[in-house]
Amino acid sequence: MIRLAYYPGCTLKDQAKGFEDSAHLVAGALGLELVELQRWTCCGTVHSLATDDVMHQLAPIRNLLRAQEMKGEGLVDDDRLVTLCAMCYNTLKRANSVFQEDEERREKIVEIMTKEEHQYQGRVKVVHLLEVLRGLGWQRVREAVKKPLEGLRVAPYYGCLLLRPRGVGLDDTDNPTIMENMVQALGGEVVDFPYKQKCCGSYQTVHMPETVSELAHRILSQAQEMGAELLVTACPLCEYNLGRMQDRIARRHPGFQPIPVIYFTQLMALAFGLGPGEAGFSPNTPDPTPLLEERGLLEG
Amino acid sequence: MESDYVTIYVLGKKHKVPKDLTIMKAMEYAGHQFRRGAGCRGGFCGACATLYRRKGSYKLEGALACQKIVEDGMVIAQIPFSPAAKKTYRLEELKPSASTILEYYPEVSRCLSCNTCTKACPQDIMVMDYVQAALRGDLAKATELSFDCISCGLCAVRCPAEIVPYNVAQLARRLYARYIDGPAQQVLDRVEEVEKGVYDEEIERLKKASKEELAQLYNSREIDISE
Amino acid sequence: MLTFKSQQLGFNPDQRSFKERVEELSGENLDLCFQCGACSGGCPMTQEMDLLPSKVIRMAQLGLEEVLESTTIWTCMTCFSCEVRCPRGIDVANVMEALRQLVLRRKYNRVSLDELSPEELRTLPQIALISNQRKLTA
Repeated sequence: MIRLAYYPGCTLKDQAKGFEDSAHLVAGALGLELVELQRWTCCGTVHSLATDDVMHQLAPIRNLLRAQEMKGEGLVDDDRLVTLCAMCYNTLKRANSVFQEDEERREKIVEIMTKEEHQYQGRVKVVHLLEVLRGLGWQRVREAVKKPLEGLRVAPYYGCLLLRPRGVGLDDTDNPTIMENMVQALGGEVVDFPYKQKCCGSYQTVHMPETVSELAHRILSQAQEMGAELLVTACPLCEYNLGRMQDRIARRHPGFQPIPVIYFTQLMALAFGLGPGEAGFSPNTPDPTPLLEERGLLEG
Repeated sequence: MESDYVTIYVLGKKHKVPKDLTIMKAMEYAGHQFRRGAGCRGGFCGACATLYRRKGSYKLEGALACQKIVEDGMVIAQIPFSPAAKKTYRLEELKPSASTILEYYPEVSRCLSCNTCTKACPQDIMVMDYVQAALRGDLAKATELSFDCISCGLCAVRCPAEIVPYNVAQLARRLYARYIDGPAQQVLDRVEEVEKGVYDEEIERLKKASKEELAQLYNSREIDISE
Repeated sequence: MLTFKSQQLGFNPDQRSFKERVEELSGENLDLCFQCGACSGGCPMTQEMDLLPSKVIRMAQLGLEEVLESTTIWTCMTCFSCEVRCPRGIDVANVMEALRQLVLRRKYNRVSLDELSPEELRTLPQIALISNQRKLTA
């Protein structure tokens, strides 16, 4: 068992608990243990882009320090900090870069965090679970599959922050393949669609839900046109926007058919024959159980 | 002796006060009369929230005036009240989850994890940690960490995200106690005993006892002083 | 919500130009932009914007402070579609953030939690509220 430091993020303890539960199942099946950080705090969800910003870097860097401390105490096996949420991934990774590259801000940050017992050294590597899987090799994933997703047409939806900006993303932004490889390793049929990296609306969902529902509609209907039966995502905000908005979309576009949006780890856990995880499917998505039952991916 | 006194500054005015006094006693020694900002004088009510700086240090620190001993060069300001518009709610109608916290105190989502609240707290509470626990719906942890909070208000005054941590903590503790922890078994047991009449005889005896008997009983009672 | 009037930016003791302030805060060289429009072409939110992203860059280049009164900088979703498309390597999202910050740092909040109903607050996940507050409030 390789023990890796794991950063959940707020939403994965609440509405997106299914994402976390299924990730633990997947990790276990692949010989990994995701060890949750002790005393972690909200990372801030977004990277503060102003060049003079110090205050908003404190939260992510504090979490990186926790990962460092865990390594120091021998609770994890290497310098990696694994995230599941795409926004947390992006924020933690970019804050790490600020700390490593911007000397002036680094000094200020260290000075402000005087109540901390240790000082962050800048050596933690922020990785997304997809990168860890890629590192293990898709063959390993294939070997863990007990219920291949035969014929299930899955559209991977990346959203923004897994791939952008350049240099931060975990795959080629013009032609990503990581999620496609994952779906293929599970035996599923990949549905590629051009809007797979179009923004779901992100935080505008709070005050502009109608606009966001239109964006979601464009994304979902294109995926459906290309034959998708299911979308998978790595971000609780994308899941909320694409899933929860479907009621609004149906009101505005009477012909719209609901399409389930689930977390990629849930799809993996199902393919591994382990079920979707203790918390089950999120209340935001249209119910995927009829589709999954029909394909024999639940129970048995 | 000169060394028995220290200099403190209250409302910007310099005073020489005996060195082993608490801030509260020192201020009274200097002639200030507390009409607000004083309560139990025992470190429990949170009325005497005080901010101060030490001579030669930029650090802004928080303390309870009735507990903190003065130091030479202390510059003191009292915060008798911190503006905190508490939300009203009916506990019976709430659910013990993060969504309840976010419904009543959505500003919790603004928490920067800067730890300024923890630094201001005179009770050494991990304030940032309990706010974060509340944000993600971990009401048990929020309760555990905020248990010693006396709502003095220093964290709220300092928070850059404009959160009032102690109000959030109060809601979290109430939700936890009512919905998650459940009633204290010893209370339930005792109520049952009372209802069964276990204490009836003793109470009747006390009711009929004379003043002298009661005084004697009171003075000879056993006081269990545990470690 | 209140509109921000750019005269409120007023106090500028070092007499730096508006363009310089935007460049410093964003870390981007605005002079690189030759108005090709690729950013605007890829931006998913243009229907909610009064100025196209490329126009916003142009106005910042010319030091026109009125750009701060546009809705564009607030409807931006920070999705970085513009950043990957720019042939000159400008991170347009950084410029949008700098423009927002110049306004937010004057105690202007674009949105408020008070505008949300209890039901909305109950159903929105933390990730939405937190990112919303970070980008759109002071």
